[in-house]
Amino acid sequence: MTPILLTPFDISVAASLIVLDAVLSIWLRIRLHRQLTIAAARMVVQLVAIGYVLKFIFTLNNPAATLLLILVMVLVAAREVAARPERRFKGHSNLAIGFVSVGFATFVTAILALTTAIRPQPWFDPHYAIPLAGIILGNVLNSASLSLDSFLGSVRRERPGIEARLSLGDSYREAIAPMVRDAIRRGLLPIINQMSAAGIVTLPGIMTGQILAGLDPLEAVKYQILLMFLLSGGSGLAALAVSYLAAWRLTDERQRLRLDRLV
Amino acid sequence: MSTSPGNLTRLERQGRTPALLVKKLRSKFAGPFELSVGSGECAAITGPSGSGKSLFLRMIADLDPNEGEVWLNGRERASVAAPEWRKQATYVSAESGWWADTVTEHFPANSRQEVANLSTLLGLRGDLLDAPVGQLSTGEKQRLSLVRALSRNPPVLLLDEPTGPLDEESVNRVEGLLQQRMVSGTSILLVTHDPNQAIRLGHRRYRMMAGHLETA
Repeated sequence: MTPILLTPFDISVAASLIVLDAVLSIWLRIRLHRQLTIAAARMVVQLVAIGYVLKFIFTLNNPAATLLLILVMVLVAAREVAARPERRFKGHSNLAIGFVSVGFATFVTAILALTTAIRPQPWFDPHYAIPLAGIILGNVLNSASLSLDSFLGSVRRERPGIEARLSLGDSYREAIAPMVRDAIRRGLLPIINQMSAAGIVTLPGIMTGQILAGLDPLEAVKYQILLMFLLSGGSGLAALAVSYLAAWRLTDERQRLRLDRLV
Repeated sequence: MSTSPGNLTRLERQGRTPALLVKKLRSKFAGPFELSVGSGECAAITGPSGSGKSLFLRMIADLDPNEGEVWLNGRERASVAAPEWRKQATYVSAESGWWADTVTEHFPANSRQEVANLSTLLGLRGDLLDAPVGQLSTGEKQRLSLVRALSRNPPVLLLDEPTGPLDEESVNRVEGLLQQRMVSGTSILLVTHDPNQAIRLGHRRYRMMAGHLETA
């Protein structure tokens, strides 16, 4: 089976569904047609643009260009991690924590997969490295922002208890441990749900995509299983890194709880 | 221990080392503070809300960023690890903090008998120790947080309105227990809104006005 290539006509037929949505919005006075149109236009422009960028980088086949694109992706993901939590650090600490944890988790898992399981030639082949980094980033971003949000929220809420422990001579590490544990747990929940539902409630995206592209379902399944393992590893690393970095940033050399560093 | 000759306290002139000695202690919001409290003594601080009384206690316990020196029985704070320091100079906040579900989880396992004795002295029912924290009244929480600190026997207690939410009978019990502790050498720095309590307990009395300590 060879992949069925889409023509502009095929896509414009599908685009008529957006028009249908817009008509419904006007008719039922949902007042979403403007937002819907803008979002659809944005999506098309963004995807076409990234298509050209990928095509360009694939022809370059240069490790530095690949790395640069992945770094930009990590930076955008870090911005999302920094912006999500209700409580934030003053200055650029949120962004720095997001960048380090998301970048660390993504690089470790992507390099592990590229050098052991997938093994393209050369190992940094952008056809593999970029999509893989993108999938991992999406999940890692989710875990990191959930963990950071949970950690900063619970520390703020539990301040009297944490300071009571510090006052009695517990170390900062002991006093903060329950919040770190909860934050990591929170970051791992989505991937656990995803794995439990895979194949029963949902057909995961990569597998679906590969089947549509003509791959044998069992081969597609193998890829999906590999990816799920990578994603759970990445989520775990990101949740761990973001929680410990935030905990470290909230204290000082005298083991105080420095909530004054939050906005 | 280094002291500037012009700055000797009464205790130092008598040749005794004060248990707690505060020198040029300040933060962004309050100070500088100078204070000394002898072994078994109580220094009572009164003053309007927001004048910096709690901040002062928190600075001594090193819970907030601050500069200056604090000495405890001849050892300077900077030479002591922060957790160890807080075990020696223990701060009990006006609003008690809890971190586990039941009361008993907040005490070391081997201190149960002592905790029970202290609780009885403060008029707390014995079964409270096994109760969930959520079921305690404000007054019970306040007294239990005092028991929590006392059961660890720190040489210096930094008490922030320890009897704020209590009835007269309980206030008397708390004061009685604090008097006992002072007899056995514990030093107390007490923040209180009650001027009569400051007179009853304080060997020396101070008034906090807009971040500065004045002798009352």
